[in-house]
This record gives sequence, structure tokens and C-alpha cells, in this order.
Amino acid sequence: MKDMEEGYITEDGRTIGGVVMEMKNITLRFGGVVAIKDISFDIREGEIRAIIGPNGAGKSSMLNVISGFYVPQEGEVWFRGAKRPPMRPYEVARQGIARTFQNIALFDGMSVLDNVMTGRLNYMKTNLMQQALWRGKAEAEETENREVVERIIDFLEIQAIRKTPVARLPYGLKKRVELARALAAEPKLLLLDEPMAGMNVEEKEDMSRFILDVNDEFGTTIALIEHDMGVVMDLSDRVVVMDYGKKIGDGTPDEVRNNQDVIDAYLGVSHD
Amino acid sequence: MPEQLVFAMEVTLNGLMAGVLYALVALGFVLIYKASGIFNYAQGVMALFAAMTLVGIMNGQVPFSHLINAIFGGHITHFGWTVPSFVAILLTVGVMVLLAWMVQQFVMRHLVGQEPIILFMATIGLAYFLEGVADLMWGSEIKTLDVGLPQGINLWIDERTFEIFDYGFFIDNLDLVATIIAALLVAGLVAFAQYTKQGRAMRAVADDHQAALSVGISLNFIWVLVWSVAGFVALVAGIMWGTKSGVQFSLSLIALKALPVLMLGGFTSIPGAIVGGLIIGVGEKLFEFLVGPLVGGATENWFAYVLALLFLVFRPQGLFGEKIIERV
Repeated sequence: MKDMEEGYITEDGRTIGGVVMEMKNITLRFGGVVAIKDISFDIREGEIRAIIGPNGAGKSSMLNVISGFYVPQEGEVWFRGAKRPPMRPYEVARQGIARTFQNIALFDGMSVLDNVMTGRLNYMKTNLMQQALWRGKAEAEETENREVVERIIDFLEIQAIRKTPVARLPYGLKKRVELARALAAEPKLLLLDEPMAGMNVEEKEDMSRFILDVNDEFGTTIALIEHDMGVVMDLSDRVVVMDYGKKIGDGTPDEVRNNQDVIDAYLGVSHD
Repeated sequence: MPEQLVFAMEVTLNGLMAGVLYALVALGFVLIYKASGIFNYAQGVMALFAAMTLVGIMNGQVPFSHLINAIFGGHITHFGWTVPSFVAILLTVGVMVLLAWMVQQFVMRHLVGQEPIILFMATIGLAYFLEGVADLMWGSEIKTLDVGLPQGINLWIDERTFEIFDYGFFIDNLDLVATIIAALLVAGLVAFAQYTKQGRAMRAVADDHQAALSVGISLNFIWVLVWSVAGFVALVAGIMWGTKSGVQFSLSLIALKALPVLMLGGFTSIPGAIVGGLIIGVGEKLFEFLVGPLVGGATENWFAYVLALLFLVFRPQGLFGEKIIERV
């Protein structure tokens, strides 16, 4: 890999900046089970970073560590140049890390628009009294945030279902609404947990396009977990490969593809 | 118009207004259940506690005076001032918010992710604890509550109906006021849930905890908020019932009347709580009027529960509740 101090230029000519998030020697245990074992890697500004690995490799656990749902027993998490103390997930979200979930976590009782609006909650600063009286500032704020949300809804091409309760949507669209909600927070780092799981080829293509467009248009830094190797290799700038909680590869898709450990992990060579 | 029909109209009207009071209590249950999945058995005691606190503050009573006197051997019971009702209500709201914070901080926080039955049992404990605290703080004698709400027969309605039907309806002013206040309260709650940032966050938490966390909502804060709102609703219910029948410990039993209301309306629906309350209110009054004489009266005591039982058999989710779908 090239010298990484000040970032690098990707094959398709995008400039990748400095380190946004750095994981240093992360170890996560559940009782006696070691889910993540001494893993370090970084995520750079503007890049699409993938975490791949066979089932049970600890990918989702890693994403949960980044988003604060799990607190690792050992290791340090550095975000935007500062060491992050143990935090609750909502505090992590307020720092500018948004995420989607493997098993879609949307607010079923709300419309698409309302779901996406929840992504803006942290940008709304007016207090309860101002809102209760619905005067000036609160109204201006609602309008302002609504504009951001409408732009994202346009961008992800879900205008037609704006007022539909999300419970009624098909799976693929739900995934897109979840992405919209995460984007509404204008995150500094966007985490996608298997954004294409359970989708058909067409939906996968759509989703890939959206991920690339989001990265391109908004310059959003994205870290994603995905099973579909073809998709991962096409999308990502750099890839971390995990197996049995350990990191077995890290680099560009080409480097990873030719890594013997990675090939073994995926083809199932016995571990002895 | 036949005399019987005119009577029935009066009974229906009175039933509707009794129903509003039931709905007020049921509303407190629905709010907490929706946002946190907790069936709050203590809702009725919260209404009692709120009403007692309000009376205590208005009369300038010294809280825990029995306890203080027993320890230090004094005879203080009152500060010697009275507080205007409006100020006292504001102070009581403050006490209910503090209570909400304490419930969350010392009880519910430690039970996150537990089975619903355990949360339910925690609220039973809370109910008895709160009843004890209310007793210790303000004493157990029956008190009258008068925050200046009009009471007694509404003469205007009496006269108008007399002109029309040749029979004057007896409608209590307090019931009228309760109806108006309940309507305002519900409108306020709906507006709060639909249009404010905190309301949106509250609905989000009710729907999915993980997703709520991922957009930066603090569950703790929202639960304190929900318990505060439920405490506020309890205060309103406590004022109405306390004005009607005096502030006494049996007030906490009105919670039991809310149960059939919830079974009818569904545990998760605010409109359900209102419609359920109205149906029960009208139903039990009309039933007493029509069937009561045939079976020797006192049907009001059991009508609501039998109706709830029928609903449990034929429509367990209630009129407006979320449909229960079992996937196999």
C-alpha cells in the first residue's frame, strides 16, 4: 500500500483524506467467547471501507463497537483525532456516526417522512416551551430540517412513498428508507450493516449505485459490512478481512483478493 | 317526547361525562405502555399522590410532619400559609416530574430489557411504596380539594332542557369542566406527540429502541419525559376525582376502572382510551337505567368488567389496539 500519512488517490481518481476513525487493538469478549481479538485498522475521510469475512467472523460485532452498542474490553477507539471514552450509542450518534441495521430497525408506526425526520433530531435545538408555543424559531427550524430531509428523499428516489407508513413497504425500500434516515443526520461516518442482505440482483444494483452516489455527492465516509464478495470488491476502496474474530487481511480489493489467508478462509482450509 | 326517552338522554349525557373521567385515568396507562411497554399499575396511586400533594401544598401543610414530630418531639403541622391553587398546581407538576425522574433513576433504569411481567411487578411495588410515602408525607385523613372549579347543577342546561322537554337535566358543572379539560389535554398530547422534537423522539422510542439509539435519542431522557407526562395526566385525573369525591386513599382504586376501558380501547391507542372510556361510562349508566331495575340494581359495579371480559373473548386487542399477529 502507498504511504498513508496524508491520504491517497484511488484508482478512479478520488482523493482520500486523513484518518477519521482508528481502531487500536480492539478486543471484545462475551463471557468466555472472544468475538474480536486484537484488531486494529483505520477509516479515512471520504473512503468506502468494507469489513468482510465468513459467518461469525465478528464483523457485526466490530460495527457495534464503532457505533457504541458494544464496549470493547481492551483497545482504544479514536474518532476525529481524539480518543473516545466509553459511550452510550446515542452519544456516539450525536458525535456524527450514523448507522443502519442488518435486520432493518425502522419506526414502523411512522411514515417514511417522519422516519427520515428522526435523523434530524440532533439538529433541532429549540426547547420544549418554544416548540409547544410553535413560534418563530421552532417553525424556522422545522422548515430548515425538512428541506434537508426532502433533498435526501429526492436523492434516494423515495418521493413516491413519502407519506406511506414504513410497515407497508417491501424489504428493499425499507432498506433505502433506513439509509435515508442515517443520511439525514449528515454523518461524518456512515456505517452500513449488510446493506444488500436479502435483496435481488436489481435491488442490489440500485443500492450499490446509491452508496457510490452518496459517497461521491456528499463526500460521506462509509464503512460497510457485506457478504456479497462481488459487490464489496466493486464498491470499496479498502477492505478489512476478518475470520474467527481476527484480522487476516487489509488492503485494496486486489491485494485482499490475492491474499492466501483470505483465500483459505473463504474456501475453508482446516485451521491447524 | 316520551318521558323514558328523555330520562335516557340525561343518563347518556351523564354517562358520557363519567366516561371522560375514566378516559383520563386510562390515558396515563396508554402513554407509558406505548412508550416503554410497561403496564403501570401505579397510575391510580400516582393520581392519588398528585391530588394529596396538591392539597398539602395549598393548605401549607408541612410534608412528613408526623415523622418530624415523632423524631424531634415538635407539634408542627402547618407552615401557616396557604398557596393559591394555580401556584400549587405548578409546584405539584414539579413534584411529579421529580417523581418521574426518581422512578426512572432508581427503578426502571435497572430493569431495562427485562420481561414485561417483571416490569409490571416493579410497578406494583411502586404503587404500594408511593401509597406509603403519600401517607407519611401528608397524612391519611380525607381532605377536600377545591381549586376553584365550578361545581353543582348547571342551571343553564337545567332551564333550557326544561323549556324543551318539560324536564330539567341534571348536569354537574364539574363534569362539564372535566370534559373540556380532558379534550384540551388530549389535543395537547396529540400535538406534542405529532409536532414536537421530543414527541417525535417519544414515538421513535415506542417503536424501536435500537433504531432510536442510532439516531441519537437518549432512552433514559425519553422515559423520564414519558413518566412526567403520565404524572401530569395523573394530576389532572387526581384533581377531577379529588374535587368530585374528596382526596382519600380509595382514589387509587379508580385505576381498576381504567382496566376495562383499556381492554375495550386497546392498550396502545390514545383515541382508544377515550372511546373506551366513553363507551364504559355510557354503557354502565344506561345498563343501570334499563336493566338495573329488573335485576335489583347495583349493575354499575360489574357491568364494565363483564363488557371487558366479552372483549377479551372476541376481540382481545381491543377496538383500536395493534392487531396481534402470531407468526408460526
